[in-house]
Amino acid sequence: MKKRILLQTLAAGFAAALSGGAFAQDTSFKIGLILPMTGPFASTGKQIEAAARLYMAQNGATVGGKKVELIVKDDTSTPDVTKRIAQELLVNDKVNVLAGFGLTPLAFATAPLATQSKTPMVVMAAATSSITQASPYIIRTSFTLPQAAVAIADWAPKNGIKKAVTLVTDFGPGLDAEKFFRDRFMFNGGQVIESIRVPLRNPDFAPFLQKVRDAKPDAVYAFVPSGAGSALMKQFSERGLDKAGIRLIGTGDVTDDDILNGMGDVALGVVTSHHYSAAHPGAVNKKFVEAFTKANAGLRPNFMAVGGYDGMRVIYEAAKVTKGGSGDALLAAMKGQIFESPRGPMFIDAQTRDVVHNIYIRKVEKKDGQLYNVEFDTIKDVKDPGKN
Amino acid sequence: MLTILFDGIAYGMLLFVLAVGLAVTMGLMNFINLAHGAFAMAGGYITVLLMQKVGVPFLLCLPLAFLGAAILGGVLERTLYRPMYNKPHLDQVLFSIGLTFMAVSATDYFMGSTQQIIQLPAWLRGRSEFGEGAWLLGMGHYRLFIIAVCAVLTIALQYILTKTRFGSRLRAAVDDQRVAAGLGINVNVVFLSTFAVGSGLAGLGGALGAEVLGLDPTFALKFMIYFLIVVAVGGTSSITGPLLAALLLGVADVAGKYYIPKLGGFIVYSLMIAILIWKPQGLFVRQGGK
Repeated sequence: MKKRILLQTLAAGFAAALSGGAFAQDTSFKIGLILPMTGPFASTGKQIEAAARLYMAQNGATVGGKKVELIVKDDTSTPDVTKRIAQELLVNDKVNVLAGFGLTPLAFATAPLATQSKTPMVVMAAATSSITQASPYIIRTSFTLPQAAVAIADWAPKNGIKKAVTLVTDFGPGLDAEKFFRDRFMFNGGQVIESIRVPLRNPDFAPFLQKVRDAKPDAVYAFVPSGAGSALMKQFSERGLDKAGIRLIGTGDVTDDDILNGMGDVALGVVTSHHYSAAHPGAVNKKFVEAFTKANAGLRPNFMAVGGYDGMRVIYEAAKVTKGGSGDALLAAMKGQIFESPRGPMFIDAQTRDVVHNIYIRKVEKKDGQLYNVEFDTIKDVKDPGKN
Repeated sequence: MLTILFDGIAYGMLLFVLAVGLAVTMGLMNFINLAHGAFAMAGGYITVLLMQKVGVPFLLCLPLAFLGAAILGGVLERTLYRPMYNKPHLDQVLFSIGLTFMAVSATDYFMGSTQQIIQLPAWLRGRSEFGEGAWLLGMGHYRLFIIAVCAVLTIALQYILTKTRFGSRLRAAVDDQRVAAGLGINVNVVFLSTFAVGSGLAGLGGALGAEVLGLDPTFALKFMIYFLIVVAVGGTSSITGPLLAALLLGVADVAGKYYIPKLGGFIVYSLMIAILIWKPQGLFVRQGGK
């Protein structure tokens, strides 16, 4: 008798669990977040994940009547792993949206899957211009390198820089950074006397910087991926380029907020152009930086974090409108969103599905004993110059 | 031009200190220790931790990095490496590369994956310049320091190897282990101390190189190739072989990147292939060795 009751209870429990499971699947909205959590670009993954979790903590775990489920996967920044994980997320977990993508090749590897499965894919980090053209389901909330490169190329000739040498890392975004800077800089009457490309896995900047020095330009324009900036900066001063009267300018990747403080005073006075600085004035950013720093043991958010944060916002708002929908409906709701991001006003262009935002010209300064990129000039509503 | 030469020599010297331990252990024990870079990385991280958390001055960190890596090397030799000596080469390679991957992940886990940054003391940060035009020689003080340290080390190593009793025991053990053991040389102790010193040197190299080469968890893998090239080109039977090979590679790498930046990283590898085709045993192999 007792046994039977036990069995009945167990069976009932199972049934409840099963139906509960099925029930949960209907009522959950799944976000598959693929990031490099280990390997050389792990800081990107760490920043974006922290920002995504912060957004969820601030905005609740239900949206459009459904429970938000964030599935974070590590792709070790290897394209075929990214692709495999995306496939698993689409087939097994049936995610409503794919997000993340730390580097350009990772986004390109996944783009065909987004197209085939008609799943929106929110690129939160990778910044090569052509990514959004790889699939009609790609939305970008980070930035594009041409946006930043063109801004600094406009600023430089007006500020006494007529001759420049470009020094970029030899992969997709680096080539974008080089091309768009050179074209705009020359259009503005500047002169690029040398273009140097540094291998992606390069231990020592010394010979390249020596070459810059011997070319005697007014400034060297540099792009290196997030994280490699400190080595470049140190050798720049060790080589005495600053004393030789050569200025360092670049896109904001060089003075990444995440590592800026560790660079020390050699970074002071470096001028860069970017869409986000942790020191950006404004209430939204102040609140964001405070909450982010508090939730992550003092870690300062960088442009990767803001890309992740805004990406979550775009997903949340689209899910709200479509009541937790998926596919084309969700994609349509993502297009054309206009909102106030920590970076300032931001707009997802419905046509290109790419981000339109302000680009700021900033200079590294010391505030309360810490180094910050302090913005001193704004170029409003920059569209990606890579798309015409 | 002189500046490039100078930078190349500094780079080569650094490679030499990093790789010499590998050359000696490979020659001595016929054991391909792919985890050598992990000891270098350990030295680098010891320096970073001591400087950032405890505030130990940079100069004092260098011997500590040497000691730390040496102790680590000694302990691992006793516990993990010794049972592997009699295994086939494939086992050894798999074992040591596995160890490297573990070191990379462990470092990533405990220290984070970001590039570690060392703040050098002010007197090492400057730069002196001599001469004019094409003969301008610009010397970063830190690179000068590296060259000085490495030169002293090389002379000391050479002296120990050729003039001391330990050196002759070591050379005997390298040439023929069994006969050396038969003559009453305690080969195990020679192995242990050589391995420890080799690891210590790698640690010192890692500490010195953190500033120039950058330090992150992939250091162990990134530089493994360079160590192997130095050893393959220089041979394993002497100190001078790896030294000259390291200098050659350092200068070729820096000059290649300066004059033909488009080829960048290729120069070193093409040079290695050319040399190995020309002299498959390495450039400086003593006749009559094993």
